[in-house]
Amino acid sequence: MEPRILGKGVSKVDGVKLVTGRGGFTDDFAIPGMLYARTLPSPHAHARILRIDASKARALQGVRAVLTHEDVPRIPFTTAGQGYPEPSPYDSVLLDRKVRFVGDRVAAVAADTLAIAERALSLIDVEYEPLPALFDPEKAMEPDAPKVHDEKDTTGIHDRTRNLAASVEAQVGNVEQGFAAADLILERTYRVPHVQQVPLEPHICISYLDEDGRLVIRTSTQVPFHCRRTVARILGLPVGRIRIIKPRVGGGFGAKQEILLEDICGALTLAAKRPVRLAMTREEEFSRSRTRHPQVIRLKTGVTKEGKLTANEMTVVANTGAYGGHALTVQCCTGSKPLSLYKCPHVKYQAHAVYTNLAVAGAYRGYGCPQGYFAVESQMDELAQALQLDPIEIRKRNMVGLGDSLPMAEVLGEGKEGFHQKIESCGLSTCIEKGAHAIGWSEKRGKPGRGPILRGVGAACLMQGSAIPGVDMGSAYIKINDDGSFNLQVGATDLGGGSDTIFAQITAEVLGISPEQVVVYSSDTDLTPFDKGAYASSTIYITGGAVKKVAELIGEQIVKVASGLLSRNQSDLRFNDGSVVAPDGASVTLAQVAQHSFYTQDQFQIQATASHMSYACPPPFAAQFAEVEVDAGTGLVRVVKFVTAVDCGKVLNPPLAEGQIEGAVAQGLGYALTEELRFDEKGRIVNPNFTDYKIFTARDMPEMKTILVETHEPTGPFGAKSVAEIGINGPAPAVANAVFDALGIRFLELPITPEKILKALKERAPQEAIA
Amino acid sequence: MDIHFTLNGEPVRWEVAPGETLLEALRAHSFYGVKDGCSTGDCGACAVIVDGNPRNSCVMFAFQVQGRTVLTIEGIGNPDKLHPIQQAFLDLGAAQCGYCTPGMIVTAKALLDRVPDPTPDQIREALSSTLCRCTGYVKPAEAVMQAAKVLKGDGHGAKNPR
Repeated sequence: MEPRILGKGVSKVDGVKLVTGRGGFTDDFAIPGMLYARTLPSPHAHARILRIDASKARALQGVRAVLTHEDVPRIPFTTAGQGYPEPSPYDSVLLDRKVRFVGDRVAAVAADTLAIAERALSLIDVEYEPLPALFDPEKAMEPDAPKVHDEKDTTGIHDRTRNLAASVEAQVGNVEQGFAAADLILERTYRVPHVQQVPLEPHICISYLDEDGRLVIRTSTQVPFHCRRTVARILGLPVGRIRIIKPRVGGGFGAKQEILLEDICGALTLAAKRPVRLAMTREEEFSRSRTRHPQVIRLKTGVTKEGKLTANEMTVVANTGAYGGHALTVQCCTGSKPLSLYKCPHVKYQAHAVYTNLAVAGAYRGYGCPQGYFAVESQMDELAQALQLDPIEIRKRNMVGLGDSLPMAEVLGEGKEGFHQKIESCGLSTCIEKGAHAIGWSEKRGKPGRGPILRGVGAACLMQGSAIPGVDMGSAYIKINDDGSFNLQVGATDLGGGSDTIFAQITAEVLGISPEQVVVYSSDTDLTPFDKGAYASSTIYITGGAVKKVAELIGEQIVKVASGLLSRNQSDLRFNDGSVVAPDGASVTLAQVAQHSFYTQDQFQIQATASHMSYACPPPFAAQFAEVEVDAGTGLVRVVKFVTAVDCGKVLNPPLAEGQIEGAVAQGLGYALTEELRFDEKGRIVNPNFTDYKIFTARDMPEMKTILVETHEPTGPFGAKSVAEIGINGPAPAVANAVFDALGIRFLELPITPEKILKALKERAPQEAIA
Repeated sequence: MDIHFTLNGEPVRWEVAPGETLLEALRAHSFYGVKDGCSTGDCGACAVIVDGNPRNSCVMFAFQVQGRTVLTIEGIGNPDKLHPIQQAFLDLGAAQCGYCTPGMIVTAKALLDRVPDPTPDQIREALSSTLCRCTGYVKPAEAVMQAAKVLKGDGHGAKNPR
């Protein structure tokens, strides 16, 4: 049956409050007696705290609590919000005797006003013993390198003596054999920088004790349930004594898949017995939040003269910074997804994630894939060039398709072995065809013009996953109300992408009502059932599956009651426009069914709950195309047009799906061209602000075209798979490939800045006799 | 210190501290639609309209609006009566997380008040004062264009025109 509501551009259920400024974010809330907290950042990249004296701060009028490492128990944990047990080392404590990056947390203060809290910080007297700092990830494993984690009580660090937070190795086939069979072997080293998620709302939380003395934390998080579990561990409270409420979140993109404030804010509330608000400034967001893992990627590829891959070997050194949250799993994904896109009999992947005394890496949309695809998709273009093939043709000759297995995904799960994966929906060849047509590939390719503005087009193919197979679980609860409306409660965490709306659509589709009849309440650990949280492109695929199941269970209960009211067979009844209808036209409204079940006979609440998980992880596919103009005089790259053709299975809400792609592309273009956190010789970030860290503005954006190529994924709710992350993977390689088309120069390092372009043009100049 | 000014069409008298920013004062009075994204005047999430011009309220002192007219997102429309710009943002899916949305709508209002028939370039130029990390600015720019048509009377404000 053709869906009524799914596939339509239903407006967001929270849209009216967002466009009127009544969104109800964490900070849009005041509690009488609320204190303001600030934390003291380390000025050193690496130092031991010899002495800390907070007595002057404590004596300041208006200061209600001060915490240093002397005041809190030492309980190692990971800030990464992941399923339990987390595949990340327990290498953090609430407050430590040692600091490991500039901005590391030294102490915390809660006071009557922000100004008093700031003043109190300045009164904390700390004597540091500066230690030699480690800034170069490629030297981190050397025997004489400074040891970032020399403490003995941490667990899960792969090898602390070599600064190795995590290490990954996986192989399919035998690469030596594969390289022996190759006609051509290409080996390149790619470098990708520190970039940041940059949610417009900086991290913030407000904690308080409720009337029963339970700790309530209202917080801008992607992972309420992981946050509750981790905070319970850190503060030594039972999980049941903590409630996490996620109100509207002003963007996360992975930065809020971390517990960065909730622990210390909760500790201050327990200490002061008062509500406490703790927020990051934008500068702190840049210096103390999380980044994408910078990587040095060595990629060696063997290919026959027909352009068929024979072997692929990728070796990665990733810089996880001072702490190792997500170090293992991000590096797993760099190998498992980009190295699965093309069929290759022999594949080897090895990654070392090393500690340094720089900014801390973590989860960021794409989760290791943008790094890997920059290497793989640049390399495919260079192979095509060497073999005199069209870049699209070499991809077509190797790409996976319907019915193919993904052997790398099987040997390389997230932090452990994966599960067998077979592709049951794939629109990649249609994506390539439609995307190439939209960018004008055959007309524009290889026609740079004569300058000074040179033109080029470039392509990249991508896949991602849908949730972490065998790990992620989401659940949903529905009950009916007197008027035939429904409450839907999900632990899932809408960050703005619109999952609450899609869940209302799914419920409405199943029960024959309009989405307005569904009251969605999400992400409150007291009132909604468990959910893994918003990450890994999982929410619609996993929690959407749970919502579909629970709506069907509710439907069965309604039909049973209606069957009695109408004296008709249950199997003949259908939902239609708020009623249950029999083939002869007899009908009863959902309100009548609800009222009958509440008040009349065999009274009960029509309600149900359901959970969903999956061992399948169906990849969405995409082809992305960039058209660029490069100014040979200034080195500036302007992206003129950007096309994404994406197969995300059945599209449940087209504008929301397009919005995911458009936002991801904007972030990916920043990765390609403008974004990079830069550090001085002492490890301090020199551009922790929007003036010097350049994210794309409306004026910088190219003409955008997003093409939704529908397929039907049999394992997904109504045929859907994910769309949240995939769009960020392709802009960097597509732009680099387009720049190559324009200049004939290949850039192996991001971002591709005017300085790098001018330098490369200058180095080439003698051959071209440019004066 | 006391200041008198017109806020969303109503005369108000507020007591503010000498160093208090307009953003802080507005939020202290529960005008939560005005957002703090950077406190340095770079992101535009705190934009309000002062005497017809868009201004970042995080880099203005509250006392600077003495005697002036201030319009915030709360004064542009409300859930019962959305302004055409708000309606277009809703219909086209131009608000994702919604944190920058009030600033964008305020900025768009200031633009359309001055330039009722903007080109796509003028819209992008105006919106470039507001940073957004969710939308890639595609649907916000389309929404402003659609709102301009509605305000001129040659659009229908059709819900979900696709």
